[in-house]
Amino acid sequence: MTKAVPRTQDAVDKSASITQENYRFLQQHVYQHSGIVLDEGKHYLLESRLIPIVRDVGLADLNALCHALRGVGQAPLRNRVVEAMTTNETLFFRDKSPFDALRLKLLPELLAAARHRPLRIWSAAASTGQEAYSIAMLLLEQGVQPSQVEILGTDLSEEVLARAREAVYSQLEVNRGLPAPYLVKHFTRKGMSWELQERVRKMVRFQQLDLRSGIRPLGMFDLVFCRNVLIYFDLATKRAILEQIRGVMQPHAYLFLGSAETTLNVDERFLRKVVEGAVLYQSMEARA
Amino acid sequence: MSQAMVVDDSRTIRRILTRTLQDIGYHTVEAGNGLEAWEMLECLESPLDLILLDWNMPEMNGLQFLRKLRADRRFDDIKLMMVTTETQAEQMLEALEAGANEYVMKPFTRDIIEDKLRLMNAL
Ligand SMILES: C[S@@+](CC[C@H](N)C(=O)[O-])C[C@H]1O[C@@H](n2cnc3c(N)ncnc32)[C@H](O)[C@@H]1O
Repeated sequence: MTKAVPRTQDAVDKSASITQENYRFLQQHVYQHSGIVLDEGKHYLLESRLIPIVRDVGLADLNALCHALRGVGQAPLRNRVVEAMTTNETLFFRDKSPFDALRLKLLPELLAAARHRPLRIWSAAASTGQEAYSIAMLLLEQGVQPSQVEILGTDLSEEVLARAREAVYSQLEVNRGLPAPYLVKHFTRKGMSWELQERVRKMVRFQQLDLRSGIRPLGMFDLVFCRNVLIYFDLATKRAILEQIRGVMQPHAYLFLGSAETTLNVDERFLRKVVEGAVLYQSMEARA
Repeated sequence: MSQAMVVDDSRTIRRILTRTLQDIGYHTVEAGNGLEAWEMLECLESPLDLILLDWNMPEMNGLQFLRKLRADRRFDDIKLMMVTTETQAEQMLEALEAGANEYVMKPFTRDIIEDKLRLMNAL
């Protein structure tokens, strides 16, 4: 790190310094356990995310943390570091347009295609659950019966999944993106927080899953949301994940990616469409 | 250009909200309470598209203003979002039933305001 540190440095500055070798070690560590690529020069990110762990476990600094991680039997610490380095930010009805497309165009078609079985929807990097629950609320509002649909939310991190299952959100979280009529209808005030009602909670199942592992066992889906997670991966990882996703998409299925993500130049076997201002993808092989 | 009115008895809140609205392309006017807002509404030359409305204000509070607004057909097209410290579900329901289109609980961030405007197709 090139930041000039005065002689009378306090504990904060000291615990933040890290050698080049250890920086590379952490990059490698996070990549190995999540697929997430941590660029050069993200020292501030390492500091803000990992110093709380350093303090909590009573270590001196980031270098000591790296030393501890290299030791044997450190799986819990390893997981904490990986969880701390992943970005979990999410919100209800993020970007709005995918949900408009679902409500206005896709839903009738998908329900018709899945006439004799439940509609299967996958929120592939579910984080704390807002995306999966947005879908559930939207379907309820459209008159879909809970028994007509299976929504699966998966994520690498057990920590965010525990929050997703709990379905209790802070005022700030429900303020963001959640239409007020949905809030009063589907949530119950619980102290300073808001708890999603059981009727909606029961429509979603959450399960731990690394997108880089085999996803076939999840079964086939009619609709996949894989948003704001591919951006953190390198090209080879993106490619492998998109190919796997194609493998679990029904012939008529649609895929939504995040607004900064695309299959273009990553996987050419997707067909790109724009519906109600939302970009979505279908597998070409299935169409052919 | 779309026009919006910010109604709040706090000058600071008015400044923050008008700033946000101006940055996304609104022309803005301000009022310090419901009564002032109503008087202004009656004499504006170009129609209003959007109102951001506080609840607790002197003279005429937000809910009283909202009821008056929604009882007047001339203002049917105005979108209205409450921005308030009232955070009980019952109050939220009361405002929605009185004709508010959206509801933001204070404290808010700029992102929250923008996300909500997007929901109302007002962004
Ligand atoms: C920014 S959130 C996206 C949440 C939601 N899809 C959205 O768009 O708002 C990214 C999530 O991806 C998860 N994640 C990171 N690496 C992953 C991996 N290899 N497999 C599965 N999930 C992963 C993180 O734990 C985090 O919760």
